[in-house]
Amino acid sequence: MRAQRCKGSRDLGPEDMERFRHIEDVFRSSCLSWGFREIRTPTLEYLHLFTSTGTLTPEMLSRTYSFLDWDGWSGERVVLRPDGTIPAARLYIESLSDLRPAKLFYVENVFSFEDTGQQSRERWQCSAEIMGSAEPLADVELMALCLEILEKLGLREVKLHLSHAGMIKTLLSGVGLDPSEQGEVFGGLLDGDTGALTRVVEKRPELKDPLSMLLEVKGRGPGFLHNLKSTLGKTFPNPGLEACLDDFLTVAESLSDIGCPYAIDIASARSFEYYTGVIFRCYYQDQKVAGGGRYGDLIPLLGGEEVSASGFALRVDSLMDLVRGQQTKDTRVLVRKGTGDPGVDRSRFEMAGLLRRAGYVAEVDQGHGACGTHEWTVIVGGTAETPEFLLMDRSGTRTATAASPPEIISALQAADVPEASSP
Amino acid sequence: MYLKLALPKGSLMAPTSVLFRRAGMELAGYDDTSRSYRPQCIGFPHLFSKVFHEKDIPIQVAIGNYDLGICGRDWAEELLAKYPSSDLVSVLGLGYGRRSLVLAASGSHQGDSTQDLAAREDRVRIATEYPNLAESVALRLRLRRFSIFPLWGSAEAYPPENSELALIAVPATTSLPRGLVSVLPVLSSNACVVAHRSSWESKDLSPLLSRLQAAFETPAEEEMSRGKTTGSGDVPPPPRGDGSILRLGLPDGHQQEPTFEFLSRAGIRVEQNPSDPCRPLSNMDGVSLKMVRPQDMPLQVANGNFDLAITGEDWLSDHLYRFPSSPVKKILRLGFGIVTVVAVVTNDVPVDTSREFAELMGRNGFATVRIASEYTNVADRYARDNHLSPYRLIPTWGASEAFLPEDADLLIENVQTGRTLARNNLKIIDTIFESSGCLIGSTVKEGDGTKLERKDRFIEALRQTIN
Repeated sequence: MRAQRCKGSRDLGPEDMERFRHIEDVFRSSCLSWGFREIRTPTLEYLHLFTSTGTLTPEMLSRTYSFLDWDGWSGERVVLRPDGTIPAARLYIESLSDLRPAKLFYVENVFSFEDTGQQSRERWQCSAEIMGSAEPLADVELMALCLEILEKLGLREVKLHLSHAGMIKTLLSGVGLDPSEQGEVFGGLLDGDTGALTRVVEKRPELKDPLSMLLEVKGRGPGFLHNLKSTLGKTFPNPGLEACLDDFLTVAESLSDIGCPYAIDIASARSFEYYTGVIFRCYYQDQKVAGGGRYGDLIPLLGGEEVSASGFALRVDSLMDLVRGQQTKDTRVLVRKGTGDPGVDRSRFEMAGLLRRAGYVAEVDQGHGACGTHEWTVIVGGTAETPEFLLMDRSGTRTATAASPPEIISALQAADVPEASSP
Repeated sequence: MYLKLALPKGSLMAPTSVLFRRAGMELAGYDDTSRSYRPQCIGFPHLFSKVFHEKDIPIQVAIGNYDLGICGRDWAEELLAKYPSSDLVSVLGLGYGRRSLVLAASGSHQGDSTQDLAAREDRVRIATEYPNLAESVALRLRLRRFSIFPLWGSAEAYPPENSELALIAVPATTSLPRGLVSVLPVLSSNACVVAHRSSWESKDLSPLLSRLQAAFETPAEEEMSRGKTTGSGDVPPPPRGDGSILRLGLPDGHQQEPTFEFLSRAGIRVEQNPSDPCRPLSNMDGVSLKMVRPQDMPLQVANGNFDLAITGEDWLSDHLYRFPSSPVKKILRLGFGIVTVVAVVTNDVPVDTSREFAELMGRNGFATVRIASEYTNVADRYARDNHLSPYRLIPTWGASEAFLPEDADLLIENVQTGRTLARNNLKIIDTIFESSGCLIGSTVKEGDGTKLERKDRFIEALRQTIN
């Protein structure tokens, strides 16, 4: 029987990993330069970490990889983390809650069962979170950071769409549905079920026009939110809704101030789960590449203090199809054995070690010869006591001989300047 | 066209047999008295049928071993709750075998709404034979923290001491068990025909289905009356805070009689409690008794629900293989209910030892070995220890010997006399261990001095009976 990889899983080959590392490197260096610090949470967490907040949808939770641990006779289960933000919030509560704010980032995989096997059950994300700050400016900072990273990755004309989870939740809780209907409609909307909206309209027909307008029309600036405030304020007078709109306006005005274009697209808030405030989604050529938002209740629901937070995640798997891997600029050197004393292996390893310390990629030939990716070859001949070294470029036109590894390094550095600088 | 049909044992057997007779397809050997697992269908010669525990049927049909199966809709939904993309389609309701799945709580918690449950911050324990449906309900109710106890049976005995909720099946003609109240109706179930998706899409199953459809008359719908949302009788006492009471678990089913007899020899008289069959009475002071499935006993002791319990060494081993750091320990080997846990193949397989079996599988290009067993953890360990790679475990709920040879290659099973194996053309290729009834307890000490004295007295009484 031939070994196969597990259904719904993905191997990352060398070229995939070049693209992956490029995304990761750009993300990490950007976060570090914006003052964020890196964290990593465990792959295994308790299931109840994710059920305790009541914020993830039953649909999402039913697709977690959960199982009894070796000591799980109590029925307590562990999961392969289905989400990165909740574990990060747990870590903040456990270890970093003195920081106000804590600016954190991480590169992690999340797991979710996918039954067709066509899509990956393991997804990678690069995420940044600002925990312990309720300032709308934190949302703006995260959006700006996210857009900067996408730009550095070579994605031009990324579209930023904004919505507001608090607005949607306030509208739903105020339409007069009984508690079980509220849960059903809310769950339906979280799972992207548009039929759920129809049920809301059946209860409150007067909401049909404002809700349709809310979900179908897109705005491009604070003016749109002022318009919404005036129309919704009459149909749906509610102080909570007004507060949400004010919060939304503050973020929108700040983005306008810093010259960041955006679309206000309430319907983009599908699957808003634990978010409570502004939600943003980044699209590149109609493909969602990043998203995030404010989650004001998550930390208190997990037993932490009454502090707010917001964050975003880059969808690494989507981005890998859109970016090119960063070409390595290191010169590659193969250290081969010449004819002569088999005892020169020691000299070959010494030569390769010296090359690496000098900044070259050096491989000791295992007898397979050059595979065509090396710019230079060093052939080690002679004897163990008096080794001889021959340096040769790929075409064999430039050569140099030497009696010691340091001389080869000098010759290589002298000859390689123009070659090493070109990919 | 040749069709394969999985037929249910248990409560659906008699009405299913009647249905086939009415449809002119009498199933010879399909009744309680028959020892055959392969009834012959008179009037439908191209039908191969095999008898399974009802719970196993959706899995057998979903994996394509059978084109059609007959089982309760609840068991089909139990599979689909966890594996929604299973190749299982429910194609025909049969009207009989009506029952309701109900999420029930003890009457002492009457008034608890689903909202109350969702708001609870402590762990909500749900005992059930339907763990997948229970999880789905817990998620739908957005319970913050819950544990599901998958059981072999007697879930109704667990609330209130050993679980807050039980997801149980209530036959249409009966009330909720004593002392339980309905928190949430989950599912209405009846017998139905399920089909393997590919068979349904590509084979002509109509010759059989049309005859079945014509044969059954839909019985009048029997709604669960509102009066039945609460079980009759007194509400069981709430969990006792008295740390001196010794909580003893006794096995129901086949092990009940030999256990009672053994206890009687030890001077302990145990009698059925007519008002509460799960909680028998005894002549021991300060001891509360409860009867649950022997399979479920180690998990209950591990969770501190019983101080002592009587079960089989087979089920204790199965538990410890799964949870090696479990606090459950064997205190006494009681010497009754002795069985041998063995590895079994059909006589047609030309091997006599597990080593020869592994070599044969290797020669056959490492085809996946299908291992059927009620002891999934024992079977898992056996396969690993004997390098039967690759292998796939098929958990069964009884009638395991029916799986060989069509639906499994190897069986890990217990035997007493070996007559059942011989009757089914099976042979033993390995003896894994001998199992006896045993007394188990926890390494975690719980309770006051009085309880510990009662515990020691009970253990001593049993020890002297063995000797």
